[in-house]
Amino acid sequence: MSSHASGTSKDGRRPSGALYSQYVIDNAYDEMFDPNGASREHYRALQARLDALGPEEMTRRQQAVDRAFLHQGITFTVYGNSDSTERIFPTDCLPRILTASEWATIEAGLTQRLEALNLFLKDIYNDGAILSDGVVPRDLVYSCRQYRREMRGVQVPRDAYVSICGSDLVRTEDGQFAVLEDNLRVPSGVSYMLTNREIIRRAFPTLYRGYNVRRIENYSEMLLSALRSLAPGYQSDPRIVLLTPGVFNSAYFEHTFLARRMGIELVEGRDLVVHNNTVFMRTTSGLRRVDVIYRRLDDDFVDPIVFRPDSTLGVSGLFDAYRAGNVTIANALGTGIADDKAVYAYVPRIIKYYLDAEPILPNVETYLCREPDSLKYVLDNLEQLVVKAVGESGGYGMLVGPHAAKEEIAAFRARLIADPANYIAQPTLALSRAPCFVDRQIEGRHVDLRPFILHGERTTIVPGGLTRVALKRGSLVVNSSQGGGSKDTWVLSN
Amino acid sequence: MMLSRVADSLYWMSRYLERAEHIARLMSVQYSALLDHEPQENDPSWARVLASLRAAPPGGNDQIYQVRGSLAYRITGALTFDLHQSPSIANALFSARENARQVREQTSTEMWEQLNRLYLALRSTSLESMWRTQSTDFYVDVINGLHQFHGITDSTMSNGEGWHFIQLGRYMERAQLVASLLAFHFGGIPGTKTGAAETPFEWYNLLKMCTAFEAYCKVYTADIRPSRIAEFLVFDSEFPRSIRFAVDMVQAELQKVAPESNVHRNGRAERIAGRLRAYLDYGQVEEIMNDSIQAHFADIQRQCAEIHDAVFETYIAYPVDAHIA
Repeated sequence: MSSHASGTSKDGRRPSGALYSQYVIDNAYDEMFDPNGASREHYRALQARLDALGPEEMTRRQQAVDRAFLHQGITFTVYGNSDSTERIFPTDCLPRILTASEWATIEAGLTQRLEALNLFLKDIYNDGAILSDGVVPRDLVYSCRQYRREMRGVQVPRDAYVSICGSDLVRTEDGQFAVLEDNLRVPSGVSYMLTNREIIRRAFPTLYRGYNVRRIENYSEMLLSALRSLAPGYQSDPRIVLLTPGVFNSAYFEHTFLARRMGIELVEGRDLVVHNNTVFMRTTSGLRRVDVIYRRLDDDFVDPIVFRPDSTLGVSGLFDAYRAGNVTIANALGTGIADDKAVYAYVPRIIKYYLDAEPILPNVETYLCREPDSLKYVLDNLEQLVVKAVGESGGYGMLVGPHAAKEEIAAFRARLIADPANYIAQPTLALSRAPCFVDRQIEGRHVDLRPFILHGERTTIVPGGLTRVALKRGSLVVNSSQGGGSKDTWVLSN
Repeated sequence: MMLSRVADSLYWMSRYLERAEHIARLMSVQYSALLDHEPQENDPSWARVLASLRAAPPGGNDQIYQVRGSLAYRITGALTFDLHQSPSIANALFSARENARQVREQTSTEMWEQLNRLYLALRSTSLESMWRTQSTDFYVDVINGLHQFHGITDSTMSNGEGWHFIQLGRYMERAQLVASLLAFHFGGIPGTKTGAAETPFEWYNLLKMCTAFEAYCKVYTADIRPSRIAEFLVFDSEFPRSIRFAVDMVQAELQKVAPESNVHRNGRAERIAGRLRAYLDYGQVEEIMNDSIQAHFADIQRQCAEIHDAVFETYIAYPVDAHIA
């Protein structure tokens, strides 16, 4: 039993019913239950259905869901030299439900945020007004590894630097959504959003029908039309291709999935050639001109002449063709600067600067150690904070205050004082919980939400997203490589 | 229109599958013979099989004329299960699967599943258990599984350009494999004392290796004569494993790939294939049944290799300049 439950009446902190005997409600926001253990209104129908089905039938349906994923080949593949093992990406069968008004806030907030970030990218690769005005420090931008000098002055169709975005949202203790991370390079996961829906809808047809869930199936059509709208010279019938690093990439399934759904060619770097600043693909009937490239390849690998010379995944000369305006690459190159950890902290100010508006979706509170007041606060509260090195990723150079030993904190303190500009700090988050079916019980598990935002002629977001779940009890890690799974996300139409 | 890389992968997938089937058939005949009777003195059958597959005889050139015991075990293991050595069934299936995996979105799901099933079945079978049970079921299963794959392909994949590249690869490989097998039966093995096949038993096995025994009997009755076997396996227009049949298919498929291209029509590949086809359509067995019969088979194989190279240069790895006006 959780220690948080002591001091409150037993019934008040736990939902009633045999299915919920392990359910914990504490200070983290619960998607399904209010703090007293009563179901929130939009979860009542789900709760009633779960009670009616009972653990036997629920187990059967969860197994049907697992089987469906396996048969459709929606698996992660771990390849050795000659043997391969395929694992399914676990999907919890209970949907995560969002109300129309919750979604309205998310949609408005993400639209606003992407608009500001695109203006920011255009600005820093052209006039740099926001830097001259001192809103974002010039050295912060120019010293960032993701800043691509080569992009200065390049014309980007419709100024759409980021046309495919997948932002990670978390729900804080007060129930408010906040942006944890903007993924502005090559966000993935949308194929799981779409297949989750297909499979869960079939597993719970009655429930689904009763809920008035908004549809997401037209995502690939929307993506195609966004890509089409970015064609050079705005021609009406451009040839669009999806550029994949190849079969060994962990998201290869998604690449084939999207190419098939959109009916476009899935190409690798070796399929493309550049001649006279024009991109062609090699076909059995000769070379065919390519107009728009939806690339699922990081900047570094796109063109070995301009970026990493040791990479064979990209296409020599592609950047020149791009700069000449003969081909559109989506997302544009150099967008990674805008999802840098330090730049992230400035996004609320970036929104204010370009749109003269308050951010609709807040950031997670972030302390920039380059600012003296923040540094003082961080040094005084290291035991409570998560401190991250700006240039690092994957948990390297990170201090998790509540879990760190005294000596570790002391060592980190010294590093912080030596180079404050290299660090940011955030409070330790209590991610919201959503109900999951685990071992014939319903238990709460921590979740986040990644909606997918498209930006072509205008900004569109399919009502939904990928809800990622930390399936291990108590875990906050939602990554698939570390025991994470996902859930279907239902956005209600009223 | 189809990406060159995709066409290449489908073509090679298909060649490797044909190779797997061919080796399985040779092994099925040879392995059954091992089970049937004691090895004969100076039996050249293994030497011919290995030479036709361009495989070095394990244990050296002398021992190969009397295969028994541990040598039989080694050869069977190498040609069936050795993943890392070509030629073997395992290696051919693995290579076919790798090619299919690169273009998974271009084939049907059913095709991929069948290929995967075949490969996994092979990987879960051990030489030891096969040897212990002395069963030829394994080879029959492989051949049946490959037949199923072709059936699935025909009934689930659009008969578009990709499908034509699959057909092209299949018959190209078949023409070369059969020509090679015939070369080492109608001629000897160069550098050894082995000459052309002599015993009825050898000729009978040759027909079996091409699943041609029943079809041959329908045309010629069970009267086994080398010149008739040559006529049947080289010049027959209806039997699917004759060289003529395979070359006819190659020539027909070449007309169908790259339909949107008008520059390549009557290109190099088509011309070589047309010439080879005319030779087989209008040739007579009397013209080849002489001392230079081995040279005839070598010539057929060389022309097949030329067609292959021309296909590669025309559709897959063509120079970029050739296509920029």
